[in-house]
Amino acid sequence: MKAGRARFQVFRAVMLVLFGAFFLVPIGAMFEFSTRGTGIAAPRTWAAWTSILTYPDLTNAIVASLELCVITSILMVILLLPTMVWVRLRLPRLRGVIEFICLLPLTIPAIVLIVGLVPIYYFMALNISDNILTLSLAYVILVLPYAYRSMDVGLAAIDVKTLTEAARSLGASWPTVMARIIVPNIRVAILNALLLSVALVLGEFTFANLLSYVNLQVAIAQLGRANAGVSISTAVASLLFAFVLLMVISFVGRRRPPSLAAAATDPQYLTSGQRT
Amino acid sequence: MSENKKGSSVEVRLEDLRRIYGTFVALDGLSLTMAPGELVALLGPSGCGKTTALRLVAGLDEVSSGRVVFGGTDVTMVGANRRNVGMVFQAYSLFPHMTALQNVMFGLQMRRVDDTERRKRAGEMLELVGLSGFANRFAHQLSGGQQQRVALARALAIQPQVLLLDEPLSALDARVRARLRDEIRRVQLEVGTTTLFVTHDQEEALAIADRVGVMNKGRLEQLGPPTAIYSRPATPFVAEFVGLTNRMPGNVKGGEVEVRGVRLPLVKPDTSDGEAIALIRPEAVSLVSDGSESGPLVGTVIAVAFLGATSRVSVDLGDLVVLAQMPTADASAHPAGTRVRLTLRADPVLIARDEKAAVEP
Repeated sequence: MKAGRARFQVFRAVMLVLFGAFFLVPIGAMFEFSTRGTGIAAPRTWAAWTSILTYPDLTNAIVASLELCVITSILMVILLLPTMVWVRLRLPRLRGVIEFICLLPLTIPAIVLIVGLVPIYYFMALNISDNILTLSLAYVILVLPYAYRSMDVGLAAIDVKTLTEAARSLGASWPTVMARIIVPNIRVAILNALLLSVALVLGEFTFANLLSYVNLQVAIAQLGRANAGVSISTAVASLLFAFVLLMVISFVGRRRPPSLAAAATDPQYLTSGQRT
Repeated sequence: MSENKKGSSVEVRLEDLRRIYGTFVALDGLSLTMAPGELVALLGPSGCGKTTALRLVAGLDEVSSGRVVFGGTDVTMVGANRRNVGMVFQAYSLFPHMTALQNVMFGLQMRRVDDTERRKRAGEMLELVGLSGFANRFAHQLSGGQQQRVALARALAIQPQVLLLDEPLSALDARVRARLRDEIRRVQLEVGTTTLFVTHDQEEALAIADRVGVMNKGRLEQLGPPTAIYSRPATPFVAEFVGLTNRMPGNVKGGEVEVRGVRLPLVKPDTSDGEAIALIRPEAVSLVSDGSESGPLVGTVIAVAFLGATSRVSVDLGDLVVLAQMPTADASAHPAGTRVRLTLRADPVLIARDEKAAVEP
């Protein structure tokens, strides 16, 4: 028994090291490359890192990508959450259809999606706006499958119908039901959906490139031709930024409610044996 | 509490309520008037329309036709959040991210009651249901019975005009169910809120309601005090659904029915003559030990079920098994295998013409 557990511990450690190396070695190599000086025996330099913000196109692309993250996330939640709740409450027969539609982008290659989107973007550019932020509409489609799965798991874990009806009978309007009852109870699922959306948008290249917009990844690719060092340092920085952002969202969102912690230490609860 | 009592007791009138889903008629013209402060139980098997009726009163479903009137005001088209109805659900419905106190305060918050008053009233309500020491617990830290009591406190905290209970005890075990049933009645009498209670459990309905409405296939078959429902069922369905009933073949003639040589009066003497099934309560059947070998009402005891103060004895008459219910002391004189003669008390009986059982097993 003990030997089995020890073997499992070793296996776990080996897998951790292997996967860690798989992810970290390329990043380490990128970091090493981005700090190389010019010339064979040149000392290490931070020039590629300190000059990131001196490229105005790159700065604009970073800002645009961050804005796209925010807008896409907001649009995704506004579009998906009420729809999914409504379908569960009033149109349960349509659940399969909605699920199919939401998962569809996963099965369609990006290039095919873009071929379909080009005329729409052409029309929008001429008649409405050619701002890069319009990309968020396409990105909502892109993140739909991941966000749907995440939220579906969250909604399945609670009794949406009963909780909604209880809140309605207590006088809550529909927006209040969403904001005060549904969202707090599927907070983790929404956070997961947001995490996936942010990660996807920050790393997106194909849509932006083929629709002729310059987001972070496109800017990095363009810069790679002119200055490989800055291109790589920006790529590492964007990876680190995404990592830190995801950690922050994850830790902030999954914090235990303070009142729950208080209740867990409630002496009456701990000592009470009576449960009627 | 007296303030609550004054504010809550209104007459509730359901006028010819109908709910049709596609071609399925879930509720077929339900009319019912509940006096202020009255507790009416709607009783019936699954799919009889009782929960549909409750949801229409709550505003959680839309009526196909008919009216819902609270204290003289037509609320048929009023949304669920503006109806001032308190509801306790069959499923546990406490908001999982809120404590018991926050749950009870939620409805008051929706009514913009100020924080001090909100806390005071929520505290009073938790005290009313005996859970004032559990205010800071979350739903997952409460047992099923406690959760339903908090749900009751939450429903009553808003001082509703009508309290709706949708099988609130069905998820609980038998012992807790009986206790909470009595607790609900005590609280309801204390606050005096007009209450509609939906259940499929006849014992529950008969135990706490002022009046019981028995429903079948979307219609109200009979509405009356529990004793009337039990002892004077208006239809064969009610007779069979409420309490156990023996189905004994007989012959109707001249306003009476003859069952195995015994003439019994009819609840409806104008019943047409001919063969029929007489519905006879087990407590109207008694036994005497008999040495004789034959006779239409002579049979063998095949089982004795001990129910506490009473026992139920099954007697095989050869072509029919008849149930008799009697004090346990009397039943012990007839152990299994004993030959007995049945006597039928001359209570008015109902007649069923349909050979099939009216109630599905």
